[in-house]
Amino acid sequence: MGLEEQLGNNVLTTTLERMVNWARKSSIWPVTFGLACCAIEMMATAAPKFDIARFGAEVFRASPRQADLMIVAGRVSRKMAPVLRQIYDQMSEPKWVISMGACATSSGVYSNYALVHGVDQIVPVDIYIPGCPPRPEQVIQAIMELQKKIERNPLNPRQADV
Amino acid sequence: MNGTGQKYSLTPAEGGKGEGTTETMVLNMGPQHPSTHGVLRLILELDGETVVKCTPVIGYLHTGIEKSCEDKTYHKVIPLTDRIDYLAPMSNNLAYVLAVEKLLELEVPPRAQWLRVLLAEVTRIGSHLVWLGTHVMDIGAQTVFLWAFREREMVTDIYEMVSGVRMMSSFFRIGGLAADVPPEFEGAIRNFLDVMPRRLDDYEELLNNNEIFLKRTKGVGIISAEDGIALGLSGPSLRGSGVAYDIRKAAPYSGYEQFDFEIPTGTVGDVYDRYMVRLKEMRQSLRIIQQALDGLPGGRVMAKAPPYTPPDKEAIHTNMEELIYHFKFFTEGFRAPAGEVYQAVEGPRGEFGCYLVSDGTNKPRRVHFRGASFANLQSLPKMVEGRLVADVIAAIGSIDIVLGDVDR
Amino acid sequence: MAELTPESLKTLFPEAVISARVFRGELTAVVQRERLLDVAKALRDHPDWRFNFLSDLTAVDHMPRRPRFDVVYHLCSVPSGCRLRLKVQIDEDTVVPSVTDVWPGANWYEREVFDLFGIRFEGHPNLTRILLPDDFEGHPLRRDHPVGKSKIPF
Repeated sequence: MGLEEQLGNNVLTTTLERMVNWARKSSIWPVTFGLACCAIEMMATAAPKFDIARFGAEVFRASPRQADLMIVAGRVSRKMAPVLRQIYDQMSEPKWVISMGACATSSGVYSNYALVHGVDQIVPVDIYIPGCPPRPEQVIQAIMELQKKIERNPLNPRQADV
Repeated sequence: MNGTGQKYSLTPAEGGKGEGTTETMVLNMGPQHPSTHGVLRLILELDGETVVKCTPVIGYLHTGIEKSCEDKTYHKVIPLTDRIDYLAPMSNNLAYVLAVEKLLELEVPPRAQWLRVLLAEVTRIGSHLVWLGTHVMDIGAQTVFLWAFREREMVTDIYEMVSGVRMMSSFFRIGGLAADVPPEFEGAIRNFLDVMPRRLDDYEELLNNNEIFLKRTKGVGIISAEDGIALGLSGPSLRGSGVAYDIRKAAPYSGYEQFDFEIPTGTVGDVYDRYMVRLKEMRQSLRIIQQALDGLPGGRVMAKAPPYTPPDKEAIHTNMEELIYHFKFFTEGFRAPAGEVYQAVEGPRGEFGCYLVSDGTNKPRRVHFRGASFANLQSLPKMVEGRLVADVIAAIGSIDIVLGDVDR
Repeated sequence: MAELTPESLKTLFPEAVISARVFRGELTAVVQRERLLDVAKALRDHPDWRFNFLSDLTAVDHMPRRPRFDVVYHLCSVPSGCRLRLKVQIDEDTVVPSVTDVWPGANWYEREVFDLFGIRFEGHPNLTRILLPDDFEGHPLRRDHPVGKSKIPF
């Protein structure tokens, strides 16, 4: 009765939105933004035991213009804050930010003059990961949550403002 | 800002206007860069591909740890120390607790000392593995990065086994260790000792005679012993230049004098020598771990020296006085005698020191950490000026800097 | 080889060394600010001790004691393994001679002390902030500078 029965098993039908979102969520390319200790756990997530490549994210691009995810991994000092914003601005839409670790989320164990108390004071954050440093499994869970968020992303820009 | 480069001469037939001089170009490298191993910024003045001047700009990871320490009791400073040189957390713990124990004149039980040596050497191997993976990845060898991180998972498993945390363990405490090691520890270490030598052989097989690796590391980033010492270079970077100076031998701490190991040195002081020194150091560390495990004494892992050490965990469940003492110890802390001490340990990067000033209260007056990488990074301009841009990448990796150690 | 003791230091530098004592096995000598460079060079070139390695250079704020600051030099000898701590006691606005000519590695250390404490070093090739942003106001490691805790919004 439906179109699918006429076409048989070799053709899939879907919406454009779902297809674009599927492509986006399956190839999230992070920009190398490891700042401190969390960067080492981020590298461990990319390493063989935890393997972020399964999620299409093993390509860490150094140039922000070629990346769509910024994982702020580590403590953000006041000197680094303008650099962070500049890298974020250079990324092209659609872009997402994961705040990895306690220091990026809220300055962590340090509550003093040197750090920005939470990277969401500078850039909009999509997912926060607690931990000091978070385990690689937590990073993978964050990527998976981000993938669910991307799936819900509407393609129509006017709908996106809602 | 741009200096002058070289004189050139192009005739009109060649498309030029006669004689002139080129200008140098100022290039900014970092702070976000895949090969600077953290948030390091280099301002390179280039004449073509040759580096005329290299100026490191640091401070992008300044965390104010020393100021935070002044606000905390002696015990509460320990977690902050983990995060300075974050590739060798137990090494930083060790420097700080040894400094406090020196100030308090506290005797650490032998079992704790030997376990500290064992875990410090495991830390050294873990740190050198990350160095190896990232350094050779910058030079172009991607495979070794994946292999090194696979081995590092064994190190983080050991950390997790003893302390519950993969990286920032805060396992060494004032007076000993946080707790005794679990029964599975010996098996895990024996497995580690069994597997690592073959893996180190694998890395050497892939790199030691590899023509590309040799071309990028031999004769590159040379620093002489006198320049190194004058600039404050220490650790494997200084040993690569032929200076056999290792604090574990020169001023042994935590029982290191009871262990038998060698200090590998290089000859020329180039990137290749520093690479070989670190690889040999990993093998020497395995030797120390073997000796520590075979001869591990029994007994307590935490000194019994109130009011400086916490009460035994079993006692606080049954004894009221011990419970009150436990509460006071962890909230108010203890008062240390006034004075100052400096304790240096041989971290994976070099001399990691802790300078502790006490004014007689329960919080330290000043805690200063002598980061090895802060001093080592001063040698970078000397290593790269006059060389090509690509050599800068090899040189940064060979000094093995950790920006947390530089900026604190 | 000459023994490194408070007495031998006082004999070698009779007016420069104000006091010297051993605490927990470490020798600390307080030196006059004006004679610092002479003492530093002599210690570096001493035939037996040869303090050719500057381990650490930092400062301590002892407010409200006067003089307020201690500038602390940790010297180490690579050939002989000896260690020594030198201290210079100064007030705010006193300028300390720079030891970058004696030990080039002191360069960044003095910049760090200037950055975090505000102590100036005379003769330093480039005394600018090193760890904090250039527009930062104040010198955070002074005791009268607040820690700067974040406000908890609830």
